[in-house]
Amino acid sequence: MTEEMIQVKNVNKMYQDLTALQNVSLDIKKGEFIALVGMSGGGKSTLLRLIAGLEKPTTGSIKVNGDNSKSIMRMMFQEDRLLPWMNVLDNLSFGSKDKNTKAHAQELLELVELGDYADHFPNQLSGGQKQRVALARALMTNPEVLLLDEPLGALDALTRRKMQDLILSVCEKQNLTTILVTHDVEEAARMADRIVVMKNSTNYYEETCPKKRNAGQIGIVADRVLGEILGEKEAQMQTA
Amino acid sequence: MQNSVALPKKKALRLPVTKLLPFLIPIILVLFWQVASSLGWLSSSVLPSPLAVLQDGIELTQSGELPKNLSISLYRATLGLLIGGGIGFILGFINGMSKTCRLLFDSSIQMFRNIPHLALIPLIILWLGINESAKISLVAIGTMFPVYINTFHGISSVDPDLIEMGESYELSKRQMFFKIIFPAALPQILVGIRYALGVMWTTLIVAETISASSGIGYMANNAEDFMDMETVILCIVVYAVLGKISDLVAKSFESLLLEWQTTGRSNV
Ligand SMILES: Nc1ncnc2c1ncn2[C@@H]1O[C@H](COP(=O)(O)OP(=O)(O)OP(=O)(O)O)[C@@H](O)[C@H]1O
Ligand SMILES: [Mg+2]
Repeated sequence: MTEEMIQVKNVNKMYQDLTALQNVSLDIKKGEFIALVGMSGGGKSTLLRLIAGLEKPTTGSIKVNGDNSKSIMRMMFQEDRLLPWMNVLDNLSFGSKDKNTKAHAQELLELVELGDYADHFPNQLSGGQKQRVALARALMTNPEVLLLDEPLGALDALTRRKMQDLILSVCEKQNLTTILVTHDVEEAARMADRIVVMKNSTNYYEETCPKKRNAGQIGIVADRVLGEILGEKEAQMQTA
Repeated sequence: MQNSVALPKKKALRLPVTKLLPFLIPIILVLFWQVASSLGWLSSSVLPSPLAVLQDGIELTQSGELPKNLSISLYRATLGLLIGGGIGFILGFINGMSKTCRLLFDSSIQMFRNIPHLALIPLIILWLGINESAKISLVAIGTMFPVYINTFHGISSVDPDLIEMGESYELSKRQMFFKIIFPAALPQILVGIRYALGVMWTTLIVAETISASSGIGYMANNAEDFMDMETVILCIVVYAVLGKISDLVAKSFESLLLEWQTTGRSNV
């Protein structure tokens, strides 16, 4: 056994004649927190969906924990994707009548500070509350791998900060292997152990973040990452 | 200042007025109709007075004729709807869920749907005679298509994002249907059922008027032969009431089953 949790090897993904990913390789260790940043349309969501097993790569291989096992992975989507016809508690337990399941769901709701909202329907919640429910749902089956596709994109700065801390503490406590897709370089620099910049479908850049970091270090890393993304853009503009 | 005085007054008035407003025009019309008949402006051979119709209704109820015909009509309507709606739902379900079934069945069903089902009356009478099965079949055929189309459409247009979410959470096929697909399609299915209720009554009236020896449609047709204006009007009123009742039942079903749509602050 290697200590690699996720192994992406020479993966290509084509949609008809559009190349979404070209020759991507990425190894992620158990317990590592990776941030995936890059231009819109750069293939971040696609890579995440491939790892989640929701789609198959055109060529190449993806191994999670040795083989490809869905059940240890949970995904939080770009939208909350809550079921509008179920209340918050049932959205976590999918309406299971099992007492233990319900108790576990209630515990997770307390964790995301929504303990009093168990019987609310999604349309009675704010955007931030919905995302917290979605996070609680992702944690329901005690996953080992958490795949987060811009889960905080729609939140205000304050809620966003609180959610970042919540996610970080959960990941640390449960030693989760995490991939966070984000377009916010600050967020990436604040949260990740390693930042992977997807400049376009062929070009990658990696940045390792210091373990303990202060605001100044976060700013430096964020600037460097941004420079990498924008540099690529400027180069494109010159050739165009 | 004026505004702050006017506001609470408006609020106090709102509740009873909004409840009663829909009844205003029918009540005025009936009153006007009664007055016109009493004053002799309307000949009773053209339009008998509301009181005369009511009188006729009471007599027919006491003689047992109205309850008997009403219950046979209700029986035909419900059974026809259950059969037609059931078949429509099953076809909509399998075509919505399976691409192979859709390719196999849908275009044929659409072809049959374009035949007005009332045009089948002569054929059905030739096949089944004028007994119960003929009328029930007609209602079933008429109600099948709206339920089919809406079930099919409802199931095949479930948000693919939610289905993908279900897949990523490894829901079983059964769970996927009962937790995601069916609830998502339910509003559309209920639209189909409400539409089918309308078709159900129209079909039954026509079928009973053309060929039957019982039922409200027969009663009206029979009364026409005897120039019994009161009963003809009575039957029309009964139809209107039945239609309204089935609509109310469908509506209350909707608000019961779709509670999640109306709960809370959503005003979509
Ligand atoms: N199902 C699909 N069918 C066809 N093309 C697709 C599909 N999914 C993604 N693509 C294409 O693949 C490319 C990468 O898309 P992807 O969603 O992975 O981008 P992204 O990096 O997540 O962008 P964003 O930051 O805007 O979410 C895009 O050009 C997109 O149009
Ligand atoms: Mg994306």
